[in-house]
Amino acid sequence: MKVTLRIFRFNPETDSEPYYKDYEIEADPKDRVIDVLHYIKNEIDGTLTFRRSCLHGICGSDGMRINGKNMLACSILLQDLGYSDANKTYKKPIVIEPLPGMPIIKDLVTDFTDFWKKYEAVKPYLITKSPPPERERLQSPEDVELIMEASKCILCACCTTSCPSTWSNEDYLGPAALLKAYRFIFDSRDEATDERLDIIDTPNGIWRCHTIFHCVQACPKEINITWHISKLKQKLVEREI
Amino acid sequence: MIYKFDAVIVGAGGAGLRAALEIPEGYTCAVLTKVYPTRSHTGTAQGGVCAALGNEEEDSWEYHFFDTVKGSDFLGDQDAIEIMCYDAIRAIIELEHMGMPFSRNEKGLIAQRPFGGHTKPKDPNNPFGERVPVKRACFSADRTGHVMLQTLYENCIKRGVQFFPEFFVTDLIVQDNIVRGVVAIEIATGEIHIFHAKTVMFATGGYGRVYRITSNAVVGTGDGFAIAYRRGIPLEDMEFVQFHPTGLWRLGILVSEAARGEGGVLRNKLGERFMEKYAPTIKDLAPRDVISRAMYTEIREGRGIQGPDGTYYLLLDLTHLGPEIINKKLPEITGFARIYLGVDPLKEPIPVQPTTHYAMGGIPTNVDAEVVIDDKGTKVEGFYAAGEVACVSVHGANRLGTNSLLDIIVFGRRGGKKMAEYIKEHDFPPLPKDADEWTRKTVERILNSNGKERVSRIRKELQEIMMDNVSVFRTGEGIKKAIEKIKELKERYQEIKIDDKGKKFNTDLIEAIELGNLLDTAESIAYSALNRTESRGAHYREDYPKRDDQNWLKHTLIYKNEDKEPIIKYKPVVITKIQPMERKY
Repeated sequence: MKVTLRIFRFNPETDSEPYYKDYEIEADPKDRVIDVLHYIKNEIDGTLTFRRSCLHGICGSDGMRINGKNMLACSILLQDLGYSDANKTYKKPIVIEPLPGMPIIKDLVTDFTDFWKKYEAVKPYLITKSPPPERERLQSPEDVELIMEASKCILCACCTTSCPSTWSNEDYLGPAALLKAYRFIFDSRDEATDERLDIIDTPNGIWRCHTIFHCVQACPKEINITWHISKLKQKLVEREI
Repeated sequence: MIYKFDAVIVGAGGAGLRAALEIPEGYTCAVLTKVYPTRSHTGTAQGGVCAALGNEEEDSWEYHFFDTVKGSDFLGDQDAIEIMCYDAIRAIIELEHMGMPFSRNEKGLIAQRPFGGHTKPKDPNNPFGERVPVKRACFSADRTGHVMLQTLYENCIKRGVQFFPEFFVTDLIVQDNIVRGVVAIEIATGEIHIFHAKTVMFATGGYGRVYRITSNAVVGTGDGFAIAYRRGIPLEDMEFVQFHPTGLWRLGILVSEAARGEGGVLRNKLGERFMEKYAPTIKDLAPRDVISRAMYTEIREGRGIQGPDGTYYLLLDLTHLGPEIINKKLPEITGFARIYLGVDPLKEPIPVQPTTHYAMGGIPTNVDAEVVIDDKGTKVEGFYAAGEVACVSVHGANRLGTNSLLDIIVFGRRGGKKMAEYIKEHDFPPLPKDADEWTRKTVERILNSNGKERVSRIRKELQEIMMDNVSVFRTGEGIKKAIEKIKELKERYQEIKIDDKGKKFNTDLIEAIELGNLLDTAESIAYSALNRTESRGAHYREDYPKRDDQNWLKHTLIYKNEDKEPIIKYKPVVITKIQPMERKY
């Protein structure tokens, strides 16, 4: 089939403004978006710049906005975007843009500095005060179940950059960092719950979440982030009482 | 600019991060990575990390030791394997204490499951008698590598380790057999920096992208291998390349051995469970080299299934496992099958083919991750290697599943400890003049070159020729063809032209330098493979189908020799407790 990719381009060394460039190519409905981006870079235009690594949705490098939605370019086939007929020439372009709300470095590459800063702000590591036992700390399968979904997070930033609360307040911790906070607050081995709750119980913390659910829609690992955030809110309310 | 650090670690996968945790306070440590740390390839490991914890059934580290030696087809160094298997138990408990979220059993202990080649004697009183699969792989669903990488990174954040993300290391500064630092391109700005260091560790991962079908990330371009090789450091046992039996057909994406550990079976066109023929005792849980060869044989003998594009696959059948196991223990891989092939593993089998997966060979090190360059154990002062880029050798001619995640945490730590000792006892060695000359010239040449060759074209031709001639089944004739092609591609590489001439975030330039690394790495693999005229582990020569302990129970060391043919030397295998025996399963 013939499809057009309309790609956001910006080279800080030569462009004063970003622009969109169209590439009309032959593609297979089963191609991933990352495959067609690679095709363009390899065969047509080597200046096209994007991040990628594992190509199967676990490294979190290639989050981008595809037809208006945040997703991983390696985890979506063209046919799943509606480009499914091998004999057709599609008029509607596939629009590829960088993740929104982040500074642009070049083309689809964005600056993650702020994202990592927020990640680090929630103390993303196990804190224990009692000395470790000789063998493993015990956890029941149910204990682990509580944090399994949260620990799937690949830090791709698809959620945080889809969140309207993040767009309107750049200091808001955002869903990815809050999910990381959850992952430790609900870890039965962690012994810093109060300290952690204090970090998220702040003006730019959890109460900026207005349960808009964009993060849930954007998460390529199908994590129900809003549910996790609501559990944190519940925990904070219980602490107040 | 010139940075100065006591310790420079290149690569932020499991080995590099674990090493960084050993650098004591009061000393400076930089971890350089060409991606963000959490993007490292360790994160894609799925099925498990093994240790004889005995949480599910009786087990011992000695059984693990025996399995690893046998799995290596007796080429692994037994002193190193003993250290790894013995230390495994401590290493896993340590990860748990660091916060790694493991799946648990009903007793609240770390859950364990069977994995290929991991066994114990059926009768404990007869240790060399018949063996049966044992539950030894500790796991976190099928995301074990992901949570391990996250946990190690989290602990580095806690420790305040300094990272240089998206710094692409291009060269090792070494003079008079003393390492003095590395040269790196800061990808965001295009600036070339020198990192002056007392110690350098390469933990740069693998080279899967030398081949067309691979489970490896696009960034797995053999950088560490090629840089060391170009700087006169030999590479050990490069002929041993692991092909994982179950890559998703055409894509090569890994479908963990855990799928078979949980009861999945391989089937051919006739629906036969063909592994019963090739490994009658442990069947689908045979080691990877055995199964990959069996799959190629099935396809050659007409029992593969042909896809619309003319290529062949076999089937991984999980349909009998039921939703409880598939959704709870194998969620990630079933997701891959659904997304990429439109196959629901609950209802239909998954099309799979062997995929290039792991480098058994690499930069030769001793059991403390110190790089050694000959058969006498001569060290390169201040240089360390750990993880996939290193060859200790614990994997010999074939690695067992789950031993790679173990390798990185055991030897990453040991290397880090040695670096910590070294930096306390040594001053900074002086930097040679023009330490970044090679990098500057290379970057300049690539940016200014106006040839007619595209990087992607040369890369593709390399990947094709290596896949066709230096993969699961090899012949002298085929390997020679590959070597000729590599020579041709190296010449054409001098005539490349890239589109992006800018400085900032120039991935066109990075890919061109990576291609040079792929070519040098491929050269070392092909020459080593041509040289070894026997079949052992993952190296199967159809023209020499037998293992030949008389002549070949030894490690290959290959040295780059300017533009002439590489030089090959050897070093003996360390044998302590187990004499080589016939390897059958």
